[in-house]
Amino acid sequence: MTNQIPIVDYLVLGNPPHLRAHGCDACDALYLDRRNACARCSGRDFSSRKLSNSGRVRAFTVVHRAAPSIPTPYTSVVVDLDGGGAVKANLLDTTEPAEITPDLRVELTTFVVGTDDDGTEAVGFGYCR
Amino acid sequence: MSSADVWVIGAAMTPFGRFADKDVLDLATEAALDALGDAGTTIRDMDALAVGNMYQADAHNAQRLQKQIGQTGIPAYNVVNACATGATAVRVAWLSIRAGEADYGLAVGVEKMGKMGLLGGAAKKRADRKVFTPSGRYGSVAKPEGLLGTGLMPGVFAQAGTEYALRHGVSAEQFAEVARKNHAHSVLNPLAQYRKEFSLAEITGAEMISYPNTLPMCCPTGDGAAAVVLVSDAKLRTLDPDVRRRAVKISASVLTSDPWTESAQVQPDVNTLTRAAADQAYEKAGIGPDDLDLVELHDCFATAELLHYDNLRLCEPGGAGDFISSGGPWRDGKTPVNVSGGLLSKGHPIGATGVANLFEVVTHLRGEAGDRQIEGARVGLTHVIGLASACAVHILERAA
Repeated sequence: MTNQIPIVDYLVLGNPPHLRAHGCDACDALYLDRRNACARCSGRDFSSRKLSNSGRVRAFTVVHRAAPSIPTPYTSVVVDLDGGGAVKANLLDTTEPAEITPDLRVELTTFVVGTDDDGTEAVGFGYCR
Repeated sequence: MSSADVWVIGAAMTPFGRFADKDVLDLATEAALDALGDAGTTIRDMDALAVGNMYQADAHNAQRLQKQIGQTGIPAYNVVNACATGATAVRVAWLSIRAGEADYGLAVGVEKMGKMGLLGGAAKKRADRKVFTPSGRYGSVAKPEGLLGTGLMPGVFAQAGTEYALRHGVSAEQFAEVARKNHAHSVLNPLAQYRKEFSLAEITGAEMISYPNTLPMCCPTGDGAAAVVLVSDAKLRTLDPDVRRRAVKISASVLTSDPWTESAQVQPDVNTLTRAAADQAYEKAGIGPDDLDLVELHDCFATAELLHYDNLRLCEPGGAGDFISSGGPWRDGKTPVNVSGGLLSKGHPIGATGVANLFEVVTHLRGEAGDRQIEGARVGLTHVIGLASACAVHILERAA
């Protein structure tokens, strides 16, 4: 079987794949990045929290001008996840602004974004309606 | 008038544009000497110097400027604070006076950007990446731009705009109308980088950069400088009546940074800190949004300006779309916004921007804005926000 590695360490390639956050033990603030302390309450202790694979679109844009290596157009979304946490990713199944309506519900999906010289696949994630 | 007041007695800016034959020191010198001259002062009167500059911050341009215009041994501060860099330099001079350490302060903002392209896009290329190796605070194995949404400035401010639009029902045409206004305003401003009017159809039909922002809805990069001379209340009382007559009071100077919000962990929240800065400024100045005769706010993208109508309380909550449709922020509207042409058309040499908008408001309050003068202007507000985040708001009042 091909080795796989997530594009970012907050994507967990389990079954099913999902996102995880560092949750502040004191105030429950959620973070996707490695933490030194909590920006909300200054707490120092964190534990891993599994985030929901579903949520609602808070904001979006359809990018038309980008670096030459990036295929355009593509849709970027900020998703408020059910049960807490927010994430930015691509909305994979439309580039039509009119189709993105208030509180549009979306689900996480994963896909291979590239393969390195060892044959390891990098797996990314995005959202579909 | 109280002893703690700080006044602007000199203000100047260079034209904004692209000046291949001028370097940062040429631009900074021009603005600084013009502002000093406008105040009837020289660098030898100054007790503190603050120079805001983003892209050559490690060149220490405050001291380099002194080496062009006068090395008097005063404290010199090099300031960088994203798009609030210039306004933060003004605050350093203001704080020096407020602290009792200076009677006079000179603040300069300067930037030379040329044609930099999309800001936020210049991520360093990874070293030869033969084997995926997680690195950084997200343990990433590939550049996220384009794979995990967009973090470039056009996309960030587009998403800030659509968040508001999804909640309050703003149309793409309403966002475009902001750009139509600012480009139209800039025709009257000889200092603006661009002075070309566009129809709404030309704006909505232009190249889409990041929906809903088309090309004329995105500010340009460019070169330029601006400077202000500040003075303490006590010193002002000793100055020539003509200087006192043209003096403009800084009724509030506020700088804020981000409070924690959940969504801002993945997409900058340009609203919360702007609202906090505006509310603090109104309270300190004892002035409300209805008292403002003009506003220069941070329209880096058309979407951004629309949000700030609401953040600065220029419209009803949620009513920013209606506000632009009603003509409220046009120069003949309820609260003229960006009569200079704004960042969209006057230009946005980053370090200069937060000083140049003080120059604009000061010039109107003095009744010296020529063709673009807002008649009888007595009170104005300036606003800048940079993604760090940093937000500065100043409220200015003309001398009674």
